[in-house]
Amino acid sequence: MSGEAPTQATTRNRKKPTRRWVELLLLILAWGIGLLGTMQIGWVSGEGMTTRLWVTAGVVGGLALAAHITIRIFARYADPIMLPVATLLTMLGLLMIYRIDVASARRAVLSDSPMPTPDVYSQLTWFSIAIILFIAVLVLLQDHRRLARYTYTFGLIGLVLLVLPLVPAIGTTVNGATLWIRVGDLSFQPAEAAKILLTIFFAGYLVAKRDSLAVVRTKFLGIELPRLKDLGPLVIAWLVSLAVLVFERDLGTSLLFFGLFVAMLYIATQRRSWIILGGLLFFAGAALAYYNFAHVRSRVTVWLDPWAYADTGGYQIVQAIFGFANGGVLGAGLGQGFPNLVPFAKTDFIVAALGEEIGITGLFALVLLYAILVERGLRTSVAARDSFGQLLAAGLSIVLALQVFVIIGGVTGLIPLTGLTTPFLSYGGSSLVANWVIVAILLRISDRSRRPAPVAPSPDDAMTQIVRAV
Amino acid sequence: MSRQVRRLSLVFALLMVAVLVNITLIQVVNAGDYRDRPGNQRILLAEYDRERGPILVGTDPVARSVETGNTLTYLRQYSNPRLYAPITGFYSLIYGATGLERTENRILNGRSDIFAVDRIQQLVSGRQPVGGAVTTTIDAAAQRAAYLGLRGKKGAVVAIEPATGRILASVQAPSFDPNKLSSHDPTEIREYYNKLEGDPDKPLLNRPIVSLNPPGSTFKLVTAAAALSSGRFNPNSVIPGPRTYDLPQSNKELRNWNRRQCGPGGKVTLRDALAVSCNTAFAWLGNELGADALRDQSELFGFDTTFKIPLRAATSRFPGDPDEPQTAMSAIGQFDVRATALQMAMVTASIGNSGRTMIPYLIQEVRTPDLTILQTTEPEVFADALRPSEALALTEMMVNVVENGTGTNARIPNVRVAGKTGTAQTGNDQPTVAWFVSFAPAAAPQVAVAVLVEDAGAEEVSGNGLAAPIAKDVMEAVLERR
Repeated sequence: MSGEAPTQATTRNRKKPTRRWVELLLLILAWGIGLLGTMQIGWVSGEGMTTRLWVTAGVVGGLALAAHITIRIFARYADPIMLPVATLLTMLGLLMIYRIDVASARRAVLSDSPMPTPDVYSQLTWFSIAIILFIAVLVLLQDHRRLARYTYTFGLIGLVLLVLPLVPAIGTTVNGATLWIRVGDLSFQPAEAAKILLTIFFAGYLVAKRDSLAVVRTKFLGIELPRLKDLGPLVIAWLVSLAVLVFERDLGTSLLFFGLFVAMLYIATQRRSWIILGGLLFFAGAALAYYNFAHVRSRVTVWLDPWAYADTGGYQIVQAIFGFANGGVLGAGLGQGFPNLVPFAKTDFIVAALGEEIGITGLFALVLLYAILVERGLRTSVAARDSFGQLLAAGLSIVLALQVFVIIGGVTGLIPLTGLTTPFLSYGGSSLVANWVIVAILLRISDRSRRPAPVAPSPDDAMTQIVRAV
Repeated sequence: MSRQVRRLSLVFALLMVAVLVNITLIQVVNAGDYRDRPGNQRILLAEYDRERGPILVGTDPVARSVETGNTLTYLRQYSNPRLYAPITGFYSLIYGATGLERTENRILNGRSDIFAVDRIQQLVSGRQPVGGAVTTTIDAAAQRAAYLGLRGKKGAVVAIEPATGRILASVQAPSFDPNKLSSHDPTEIREYYNKLEGDPDKPLLNRPIVSLNPPGSTFKLVTAAAALSSGRFNPNSVIPGPRTYDLPQSNKELRNWNRRQCGPGGKVTLRDALAVSCNTAFAWLGNELGADALRDQSELFGFDTTFKIPLRAATSRFPGDPDEPQTAMSAIGQFDVRATALQMAMVTASIGNSGRTMIPYLIQEVRTPDLTILQTTEPEVFADALRPSEALALTEMMVNVVENGTGTNARIPNVRVAGKTGTAQTGNDQPTVAWFVSFAPAAAPQVAVAVLVEDAGAEEVSGNGLAAPIAKDVMEAVLERR
């Protein structure tokens, strides 16, 4: 219940294992998996392991190693699992993007059309940028609590970023959704940065206000209702989410922000009533959107029966399901399926591409990797010594978890399809960079919670030793 | 707050489980259903994505896969499509495969177990399996000669190498163009297929091995063989050959095709009876030997056995329990006797091969994509139908047919040809079929051939007039090449 740290006595003076070697070992393992996959695709494409592929594998390994060394120096008590998992996921993404590049190139050669630019190298560049930012966060942000000082600044910037694509000069509409901004040749999805900034804002804001938000005014049907005046923030979050949905047509981001806010509100106030209220608002918003906006309605009708729209709105999802079915238990094998038959195979539907080629066996492993990452994040939250850290770690983990659920659930037809990126896997720089920054912040919080407190020995030290010996 | 986090983590765990259950439903439980859904191109693409091995005649790939620029990577192409259609069959997006394309599918697509070693290499390298090559036993010259001979007619030709059972030619007329059924254009495929299906001449029917017809007088070879092997008759045995033969237990009578008696005083030697194709003599002989003897003899030649060459041939048959008039009719290849051109070629080949019936086969070799030979078909004996002396006697009788009898159109200069004509009614008021079976050279035959021409005239001479010249061309094509 309390956000305060475990008693400092238990951690004091004990030389805690840093577990950095575990991290390195797992990292090498992850890199090995990535290398094997690359080799297989290289062979399937008929080119074999070209120098370029070796260099690519080397660069990826080097970047991961740089991240590892940074952790050794600047966050040596941080969780040892998260970096290898994030690295493996990123490599799987690079692998699949490369694999689809190969398919597109082959298609182009056969049809004598101009050769498409491979996307894997641009994704690799984004990975480099992600690692640079990852390192920067760990080096510059020695204590995550400093973020709490800029709660409202971050909140404001986050909101601005969220609405930035609506500014006509820089906003770009891609596939019906206005979520990009374009400056020169660079396009950027500000919502990806906004999700971090707003999580920080929610954490800071809720830590400050949670006591008043937790006050119970009345009970209604056994539900403890918060005071009316405290409903403000929830309603604002709801309206902003609706605005994103309506004006940017971004169902996924809208869902993500509202879900994130309600979950964090629940954690901060420990009142289930917020979840119930949030749920009611969600359904009200969903109903409103369904009846008023064709793009929402079409998503739902396609979701209910994709087969009826197999040639139109349901084409993507039907093709994805064909891909999954073709993959079966063991998958078609890397480089041996037809992932390019699914539109947006590199971005929204990369899980379908993976599902076809590595099968359900591979997908279970993949979902498990995400589960491990989220679980380590939530564990970091539980272990954090300060309320802000707890809430922030929980919020960032929820961001990851919600994204994974919404996108994988979407492409498999469990829930209506929304345009969210698959963390670490999808082609797209903003998303990759943002998710690596999330990992960096989580590692920082984890490092702070496990780091031995620099406190002088105290008289009750001996007693602690006895307790430990028992 | 930790409690809430834990609760939420439980919620997320449940969500992940829901995702995993849903994926299981798609990828495992319903996968089969999804694979068969219309609009799912993947299964086809998988087939069309790998290079299918060629079907070879000699070293000439009569069916091969060529790379295209569209989604279906490989297109099946047939050189001389109509010539080899009864052998290759087609390989269609919509109608599946027939012919060797069907029976040898696992070799051609590279999934057969005989590629196990190659597959392990492919598994390690992750490379797409490439199909193996199938080499046929077909002799291109014989095939072409038969095809040209049947042009404008309706019928079938099968040529066999008597000593081995290798099928040298298998031709049908009318034929079809497998290219049009194996294209990537569904509309074209459907239109062409429907046109073929609607054609009363049935061009999709694999006539040489599937079409069953009464063998008519060519079956007299079987009756004669039964007579010789009974030990009671030799070529010089004199048997009754009157103008008509009264079918026992009925008031019907059987006539000779020329409505004359077969020899002076209605008596004729077995040799001359065959030479003039004497119906009455062979009808008498049939009842003299009995239905069982005829059936046993026919079965030694391959009747009542289903051959897979590896295309499944129709089973030629001798009627189960004929009474005397039916036996008499059966002895001259009428009543319920039915044979494929393949079967009659086998009978002929067996006589030429000293009475030893060989199992017919169409596949000479199977090779890996890099052309290493994986399998070679070895000739196999099916049965000894005649003793060599009896076979020799029957051969001489057949030479007499060509040199002095009904089969004069099969004569080849400087080569002794053994043959037999035949005409049969497929039913009352039904069109007749003309047959000619032969082998050459008579002493050590290199080729035995059976020619079937449908919708022929009613006369016995039609076997000689329509079918014999084709047989002659086929035999010459084989003999000239060697």
